[in-house]
Amino acid sequence: MNKIPIIDIKGMNKIFPGVHALKDVDFNLYEGEVHALVGENGAGKSTLIKIISGAYDFTDGQYFVNGEDARIYKTEDAIQKGISVIYQELNNVTTLSIAENIFFGRLPAKHGRVLWKQLYENSQKYMDMVGLTMSPKMKVQYLSIAQQQLVEIAKAISLQAKVIVMDEPTSALSCKEIEGLFKVVARLKSENVAIMYVSHKLEEIFAISDRITVFRDGQNVDTMNTNEIDQQVLIEKMVGRKMSDMFPVRLPNIGEVVLEVEGLTTAKVNDITFNVRSGEIVGFSGLMGAGRTEMTMGLFGADRRITGSVRMCGVEVNKNSSYACNKAGMGYLVENRRDFGNMPNLSVKKNMTIVSLNQISKAFYLFPKKEKDLAAKMIEKLNIKTPSMDQLIPKLSGGNQQKVLLARWLIKQNIKLLIIDEPTRGIDVGAKAEIYSLIEELARQGLAILMVSSELPEILGMCDRVFVMKNGSIVGEFDCDEANEVTLLERAIN
Amino acid sequence: MNIKNNKLFVMIKQSDVLVLALAFIILCVIISILSPSFLTERNIMNTLRQISLTAICGFGMMLIILVGEIDLSVGSQQAVAGISSIVVLNTTGSIVLAVVAGLLCGIVVGAINGLLVTTFKINSLIATLGTLAIWRGASMVFTGAVSIQSQVPAFQTLATGFVGPIPNAVIVAGILYGVTFFVLNHTTFGRQIYAIGGNPNASKLAGLPVNKIKLIVFIIGSMATMLSGIMLASRMASAQPTAGTGFEMTVISAVILGGISLSGGVGSVNGALLGMLILGVLQNGLTLLDVSSFWQDITRGIVIILAVYIDIVRKGSVANKLVAEQKKKQQQKCTIERA
Repeated sequence: MNKIPIIDIKGMNKIFPGVHALKDVDFNLYEGEVHALVGENGAGKSTLIKIISGAYDFTDGQYFVNGEDARIYKTEDAIQKGISVIYQELNNVTTLSIAENIFFGRLPAKHGRVLWKQLYENSQKYMDMVGLTMSPKMKVQYLSIAQQQLVEIAKAISLQAKVIVMDEPTSALSCKEIEGLFKVVARLKSENVAIMYVSHKLEEIFAISDRITVFRDGQNVDTMNTNEIDQQVLIEKMVGRKMSDMFPVRLPNIGEVVLEVEGLTTAKVNDITFNVRSGEIVGFSGLMGAGRTEMTMGLFGADRRITGSVRMCGVEVNKNSSYACNKAGMGYLVENRRDFGNMPNLSVKKNMTIVSLNQISKAFYLFPKKEKDLAAKMIEKLNIKTPSMDQLIPKLSGGNQQKVLLARWLIKQNIKLLIIDEPTRGIDVGAKAEIYSLIEELARQGLAILMVSSELPEILGMCDRVFVMKNGSIVGEFDCDEANEVTLLERAIN
Repeated sequence: MNIKNNKLFVMIKQSDVLVLALAFIILCVIISILSPSFLTERNIMNTLRQISLTAICGFGMMLIILVGEIDLSVGSQQAVAGISSIVVLNTTGSIVLAVVAGLLCGIVVGAINGLLVTTFKINSLIATLGTLAIWRGASMVFTGAVSIQSQVPAFQTLATGFVGPIPNAVIVAGILYGVTFFVLNHTTFGRQIYAIGGNPNASKLAGLPVNKIKLIVFIIGSMATMLSGIMLASRMASAQPTAGTGFEMTVISAVILGGISLSGGVGSVNGALLGMLILGVLQNGLTLLDVSSFWQDITRGIVIILAVYIDIVRKGSVANKLVAEQKKKQQQKCTIERA
């Protein structure tokens, strides 16, 4: 291919406080090709997308569009240049109609009056292109995820997009819906649109892409023509290191049943039954939207429990009360640290001790020295990098924030069960290994651990037993020795 | 010496309380120059006594705002406090029972606000806007819109009396200041208030009794308001059904001026105290200078908006500086790693 690439990135570096997210990355994209980008979570795929779309600026490097310096400083600039991104979390305004979403911010109007007829006609044209058959007046909230995605693609086409970036487009789609999406992609390709396709799913990538780029730890490991390689080669490039380097050796020390969940049903999950024993790490796997986080929310009393029972060491836990769960010896390390974990107005020290104030106080009075000692001990034990224990928590890197929140539960004296939702989300690779070995150590000391994760290697590397969830129900249980990525994924999809 | 490197300057730049203290001192200096009667003992005690009423209610309000809620109904709560205490006073003749009755009313009124917000999940702005109207209306209905005179003369000394040179009201406010300071800085309850205000969702998932604490805070807030209402009734020797009209704005303004963030979780007792002092002294100064009360309202409004704006600019400049520093560091690191 001797043409000028439509997107050309050279020597790109992006550094966040504490994380070097992209290291000297080269990447290019030609018109009429599907270029897949693969890599584990945290490999830097999303960062690259955000730089391409103008959502992030970069620390160092060059970014060309059609051979010219891109000068993309905000997302509007990228859209102007014909670059549209369809994110994993869709950006539709669900309370508006399909047509209004497609022409969002650009409704055809005359003297400030919206020309509805023209709007619907134009929308229909783009909807036909992506195979949406319903009325353009329909509100987006009544569409399935796959259809909402198609609305976004229609929007991208209507913006005359020359480049469409798809971030994990199939993570919430059924097999049939995926086929439909692939048809749309093929059609776009035939119309010379360049497509950057980011996905975990190797089968899909082989089915659809022309070239594949592998990212690992923020670096472009290799870019290859799809027809010249096979899955085996690709996986080796993606992993790059032996899993045993990453995960600690598991020495199970399994004891009595700690947590018994029977028939747990909330608005989002139904009839969940399982148990966790002391010293055991039980994993929950499944696709995005399978109801894993919702299951833990129901378990921890944050979502209303409709029926079912939760017992800790044989004692029934009061329903709908996180406070009661805390009292009963549960801890919950959340997935979304910023919204549900951190107390951003409090220091590292205060974030650590907040659930264990009774241990450092008498009749409401807090002993400052006890608190300091406890926090200092944890900072040392977990190797938390912070200038001081009085630093506000949002100023730490993701990995260190996660360790602070982990410390929050470790300080708690009567903790028997720790629920961990996506233990390593948004954490760089070095800190990941540390967090894994901490979790392993905790289990060895007799803590029961329930770990929810989207990363299959993480589940397989850490857990003793795995449950697979789909549509709010448990659809499979595996011993970790008998499970592999393929069996888990198959169960999660079918 | 470069002023920007001056240690004091840096400290002031980083501390809200120091900025407020500085503003307070400057304000006092200006007024004392313009009006010789400002620094007389009588005027100082008078001003402090006026501020005390705001302060007694204000420390309660501060807790409510810190926990991420607001109470707009304090004005009509004052009327309820006056009526309940004066009625009990006139029937029993006991000042102690009168005060107890007022405080008990506070528990009920605060619990109603608290339950509306926690159990019924009504936004506190709406819930207390509702109770603001309800208590005012109830006061009017109960009294037939006429004031009730106190029949126990001694009751008046509660607010107008002195301990040595210091008015009783100032002493009550001082004690409340001390208690609030201690609670917020040295107790588990205070820590939980900050945590819940900072991130209620995270607090819930950390297993904190979020609703219970909010309910208690509303009750404490109302009890403080009742205390200020009793003091007001005592000073006027009567219960006025219109007492405290617009009082919520005075109290909330003072607390916000003191750097207590309306989004919750941020702010200190000293800040709140300074906010109250600044607004009180400003009002007193303007009165001494014969500025009409209408112009005083306008001035007060401008001061609050200006104060919050300056705060935003100040924080913005600090944040920008931090970002710039971090970027510089990153770039250095980047070049080192590449080399």
